[in-house]
Amino acid sequence: MIPYQLIWLIMLLPLAAFIINGLLIRPFVQRKSKVYGFITITAIALSAVFSVWALISVMSAQDNQILVPNISWLNIGSFNFSIGIMMDQLSAIMVVVVSVVSLMVQIYSLGYMAHDDAGYYRYYTFMSLFTFSMLGLVLSNNLLFTFVFWEMVGLCSYLLIGFWFHKPSAANAAKKAFIVTRIGDFGFLAGILILYFNAHTFDIALLHNMAIAGFLGGSALTWACIGLFGGAIGKSAQFPLHVWLPDAMEGPTPVSALIHSATMVCAGVFLVARMMPLFVFSPDAIRIVAVIGGFTAIFAATMGLVANDIKRVLAYSTISQIGYMMLGLGAAGWAVAAQINSGLFMPGDEVLLLSKAAVAVGMFHLFTHAFFKALLFMGAGSVNHASGTFDMRQMGGLRKTMPWTYLTFLIGSLSLAGIWPLAGFWSKDEILATALTNQPVLFWLAIITVFLTAFYMFRAIFMTFHGKYRGGDKESGKDYSHTHESPWVMVAPLVFLALLAIGVGWWNVTGGFSNFFGAESEAGSGFMAVFNIFTHTVNGVPLPLISLLVALLGIFSAYAVYLKKWITAKSIGKVFGPLYEVVINKYYFDELYENVIVKIGLMKGLFTGFKLFDEKGVDGAVNGTAEVVVRGGKAIRQAQTGQLQLYGLVIGVGLAVIAICVLIWGR
Amino acid sequence: MIGLTHYLVLSAVLFCIGLYGALTRRNAVIILMCIELMLNAVNISLIAFSSYIVPQLLTGQIFAIFVMVVAVAEVAVGLAIILAIFRHFKDIDIDNINLLKW
Repeated sequence: MIPYQLIWLIMLLPLAAFIINGLLIRPFVQRKSKVYGFITITAIALSAVFSVWALISVMSAQDNQILVPNISWLNIGSFNFSIGIMMDQLSAIMVVVVSVVSLMVQIYSLGYMAHDDAGYYRYYTFMSLFTFSMLGLVLSNNLLFTFVFWEMVGLCSYLLIGFWFHKPSAANAAKKAFIVTRIGDFGFLAGILILYFNAHTFDIALLHNMAIAGFLGGSALTWACIGLFGGAIGKSAQFPLHVWLPDAMEGPTPVSALIHSATMVCAGVFLVARMMPLFVFSPDAIRIVAVIGGFTAIFAATMGLVANDIKRVLAYSTISQIGYMMLGLGAAGWAVAAQINSGLFMPGDEVLLLSKAAVAVGMFHLFTHAFFKALLFMGAGSVNHASGTFDMRQMGGLRKTMPWTYLTFLIGSLSLAGIWPLAGFWSKDEILATALTNQPVLFWLAIITVFLTAFYMFRAIFMTFHGKYRGGDKESGKDYSHTHESPWVMVAPLVFLALLAIGVGWWNVTGGFSNFFGAESEAGSGFMAVFNIFTHTVNGVPLPLISLLVALLGIFSAYAVYLKKWITAKSIGKVFGPLYEVVINKYYFDELYENVIVKIGLMKGLFTGFKLFDEKGVDGAVNGTAEVVVRGGKAIRQAQTGQLQLYGLVIGVGLAVIAICVLIWGR
Repeated sequence: MIGLTHYLVLSAVLFCIGLYGALTRRNAVIILMCIELMLNAVNISLIAFSSYIVPQLLTGQIFAIFVMVVAVAEVAVGLAIILAIFRHFKDIDIDNINLLKW
């Protein structure tokens, strides 16, 4: 069993690295020194060790929970506010994902950022801060601190997207990410406040219990849940706030690997999972989660089909896969909500366990996705290292010169596409099964997305690694005509993550992951379960087989179009005509937001309104007050004639009036 | 028989004449005289009250002497001011003395 002090250290070590890098050693160490990297890597490596230890301890702990004493933070009268850590299955999984992926990314960055002028100093400082905030976000046991860390990861995301702020596109992308997520955060904050005013607590466990005991409910709970999900939509780049994530690819690639694929963008999924015992009591909210998730999955995948920037393909893929996770959470939660509403009496403990178990499906996909998507991003970075570009039209044929990158990227793509027996297959299969049993309509969206995912990933592979090399970046003036494999500090993390992308799915082959979350699973036992999966049926449908075939069909289609060119991409584009136009323009969402909502709605409508209000209303009130005083003064001035006798007369008359009044009413 | 009422009526009449003069006349010297008249009207009522209501005490009479002293001082200062004004404006019509007015 891990001592609870070490659980605090999991999040405090990266903070220490941030303080050392950012505040203490800068005057003595020049900014391109690798010392910064080593400090961060040491801190995060230690926190990764403690995270894994914590996960193992949680697995064996009673109730799958380690109690960590709270620290009192604030006492105002009778109001006590304490900060604390919640160490259960959910946070144990998340800290492992965050710290392991972060560690790999930091090691990889030693190579990737080596030629950068800005140096390691700023990069590793921000990365440490990000890792601290993200760990704090998943560990926090009350919503207020979750929100604080939520904003801190948003800040780090902003700083790191805009890492190369001298490029206008990066600076704009950073602002866009910050502002768009802020729209969602407004909902999050509103949700927290609604919960606080109804429950008078920020404590997550207490909120769970209150919802289950029925103290929270009705429209307040629904609106609170929708608000929380609004935050998740913003942070996880779900429809309709998905526009920031593709642009966020302006940041350094390891940043995309860590923040914009594996960890921060999954914070939304984590939040919904964390608050699942509230969501199951609000059928409307959980339905919204499932529908938004299912729609985003297919919506983003279609945009991934036509993107030419390899990182943008991966970004759309991330949005789509997070949609999958939301779908998984939503469908499973929907089932629990239906069970609660069916009228059968269930004891509170059972509801809590059921709702916590409902997150297993979505969380498992988050868990596997984090590893293979970070791997893919880092592979894209490795390719960029050699070719100087992210545009797949300028790549090609890299598999000969970059065998390790190719191999690991291939493994990542196969895993993402859901090919047996890699990690993605198992987690995607779970989501498909949940969707099929609970929401057949959403299942159809999901199974089409399986095809699209396989297609766009292998389109990327064929364009990048196969065929003839098309010369790399031509604009910068540097010579990229001879590509080479990346240095070992970049390849080693790729290999490690590739092993995880193959293997982590096997945890749930025998239902281990689901059982950890308290869910029942139908999976078989023993090593043979890996092979027996194809005999499984869901509602009489041999689902694993179908999903595998659909994925293979997607790969084959990409093979036919992009490698063999039996059908050219252009002719497909012609067939779909206007639809293709719409997709390649990202459904005109950027234009809609930029031109319609911002330029017309905000600038013309709202801001003109504000201007009018300011000019007429505020200025009018201020000037009006002055005017009234001036005019009043002018009017009253007439009374001050300066004639002593008039004053005397008024005094005399006034005295007489007072005297008469006293005489009449005086007694 | 002359009673308290007669004195008080006399006092009130004198006071009103003084007040009227003080409020209506333009000449500063006459206004000063009218103010003296009002003060003396008050003196009459003070002494009348004193001798009719509490004859054994002399508070009214003492008070009247105080008023006279103040009146004398006032006349001294007032006439000095009027003299200064006259030297400055060559005029003591108070309607024309409005230098501090907006």
